Amino acid sequence: MRVLIKGGRVVDPSRNLDARLEVLIEDGRVLDLVPPGNEGGFGGEAELIQAEGLVVAPGLIDMHVHLREPGHEYKETIASGTAAAAAGGFTAVAAMPNTRPVNDNRSVTDFILAQAVKAGLARVYPVSAMTVGLAGEVLCEYGEQAEAGAVAVSDDGRPVSDAQTMRRVLEYARAFDLVAISHAEDPRLSAGGVMNEGLVSCRLGLAGLPAASEESGVFRDVMLAALTGARLHLAHISTAGAVEIVRRAKARGLRVTAETAPHYFTLTEEAVIGYRTEAKMNPPLRTQADVEAVRQGLADGTLDAVATDHAPQSSLEKEVEFDQAAFGIVGLETALPLTLALVRQKRLTLSQAVAALSTHPARILHLPGGSLAPGALADVTLIDLEQEWVVRAENFRSLSRNTPFEGFKVQGRAVMTLLAGRPIAL
Amino acid sequence: MEFKHKDLLGLEDLSAEEMVYILDQAESFKEISERPIKKVPTLRGKTVVLFFYEPSTRTRTSFEIAAKRLSADSVSLSASTSSMVKGETLADTARNLEAMNPDAIVLRHSSSGAPHLLASLVRSAVINAGDGTHEHPTQGLLDMLTMRQVKGRLDRLRVAIIGDIAHSRVARSNMIGLSKMGAEVRVCGPPTMLPPGLEQAYGVSVFFRPESALEGADVVMMLRVQMERAQAPLFPGLREYARLYGLSAQRLALAAPDAIVMHPGPMNRGVEISPEVADGPRSVILNQVTNGVAVRMALLYLLIGGERES
Repeated sequence: MRVLIKGGRVVDPSRNLDARLEVLIEDGRVLDLVPPGNEGGFGGEAELIQAEGLVVAPGLIDMHVHLREPGHEYKETIASGTAAAAAGGFTAVAAMPNTRPVNDNRSVTDFILAQAVKAGLARVYPVSAMTVGLAGEVLCEYGEQAEAGAVAVSDDGRPVSDAQTMRRVLEYARAFDLVAISHAEDPRLSAGGVMNEGLVSCRLGLAGLPAASEESGVFRDVMLAALTGARLHLAHISTAGAVEIVRRAKARGLRVTAETAPHYFTLTEEAVIGYRTEAKMNPPLRTQADVEAVRQGLADGTLDAVATDHAPQSSLEKEVEFDQAAFGIVGLETALPLTLALVRQKRLTLSQAVAALSTHPARILHLPGGSLAPGALADVTLIDLEQEWVVRAENFRSLSRNTPFEGFKVQGRAVMTLLAGRPIAL
Repeated sequence: MEFKHKDLLGLEDLSAEEMVYILDQAESFKEISERPIKKVPTLRGKTVVLFFYEPSTRTRTSFEIAAKRLSADSVSLSASTSSMVKGETLADTARNLEAMNPDAIVLRHSSSGAPHLLASLVRSAVINAGDGTHEHPTQGLLDMLTMRQVKGRLDRLRVAIIGDIAHSRVARSNMIGLSKMGAEVRVCGPPTMLPPGLEQAYGVSVFFRPESALEGADVVMMLRVQMERAQAPLFPGLREYARLYGLSAQRLALAAPDAIVMHPGPMNRGVEISPEVADGPRSVILNQVTNGVAVRMALLYLLIGGERES
């Protein structure tokens, strides 16, 4: 089967490429990229995709999502979550293990992969729990999980509080070259907190999650990465201090990578005013200085990836008192335009944005994709940089509506994704 | 002046002018409580639901008396008698109450912002009777009414609030209200009881030791120490707290000679306030309670009284 993507602007950070090229795809892989008019006889028997005025990027990869299946299918299923991914321009997502049951053994990984294949809308890469039941005590069978297809280990949402256990997690993961994705936080310092600790929490009378809680968690794990030589990836970095710790870790040459999420470079703690539970997540929205530092971290490469921490919650979890509400917001269907806003503001180049959303996540998780080099998997995202639209949660493919971006006017949208050269119909 | 609010969620939503208007109204309602027949027909046919999700004696009784003196029908719900113990959410309880068409719902709740959630779901007027560690606006108003009565003004009044500011909704409402009225607010407590950013958030001055906060103060407001916070741990124990922060007669002497002493209650005698100060000539603690009824009558009248409901 052949596909020709014609007339687009190819942006492929894996090869520093930003040019008008035709993309030739054969049997699910990129065959070649050629200047316009040089496709020769290829077009004759190929399915033609017109990409005039569009960016042709390697398929976007969200390395941090919660698909909620198995166990919380009223919030999201693997089918609805991957539909949301495709609608948002993602061809692959990494699924965090805090489902019910927890993905701490092969049977859950097998189940997730089977459900993803059945849905066929985006690739799903399961992340194994670090510890059984996310309890922070007994290591999961990483070997078997890796064989089954898990791409990383994480106790996301439940930081491993015991440093000795975390050390063993990092060491043991090395045997399988699995990256350890850390939700870095000091759970005792965070106890009871529901939003960023600062002026706004003071005024609202809400218990705070201090920046120091995230920063001490990040610092501990960086030190453990130094101790063990393991690959550490820091999830959802939200504070200026945490960005600085990662910057220094990288300068030291440690095998440390990090992600942030669109809300951390778009919103501040003020979004919580009015006790808006749709702006409640952990880590919480921080201050303008933190937003600036996160943007800077993305710009200078300290932060490698933009991931959404897509965390669907229903009205059962969100239409309640603020301190009772669950943490988390959905993000798959808003991440791309929010990241492209940084490009329009000249904080990132388009190539940097695509790298953060595709090339770098692929490298960190050792995934196919993230590149349009000849021979690469033909997972592709077509992006209209100009399209202006208004975020309406009611139009989301996700089963959940918990977004703080309702009513936001945004610009830029994925108009199509291809999985191994096959256009995904929604 | 017209009072245009649907709800009273916090003093943060009111201007100085509006607060003065409420206090003036409260003054005029005060007299009703001094009559032999303490009842006027102002709110006849109106229904007020008192929804106390957290225990309270003083505030609930005060609201109930206020409603009854205005001839409103009042219904009292507490968490143990409501469906919330059966796991019904606040939102569902709100919608059910709303379906019975009350005119006002007075809510006391342990979660900051709970009245805001309620107000977004019902057409009835919502009055915040204390939400978590956020605000207690009627307490703030009755405190200001008391200060104004005794001192004749709020502007440039030096008010020292001493105690656990971090966890006090009374402190927050007073800081907001008094600052808007032009008072000079000082807050004082051990740093574990002072959330960072108080100066910026409320325009108050912050003191760690009461001696400096008390100096020349016109009003001294002591906050209740919550015993369970000793385990938190916010302070080493009651003994040192009483010794260093408790208001003794000796310490009160540091304030202005005519300083008044206030306490929102319930008091821990011998901890944050000594019995001789609580019962002494400078104490206006019971005036606060009396004024509470007047302020709540004024608010019920302003929110649901008159023709504006029709």
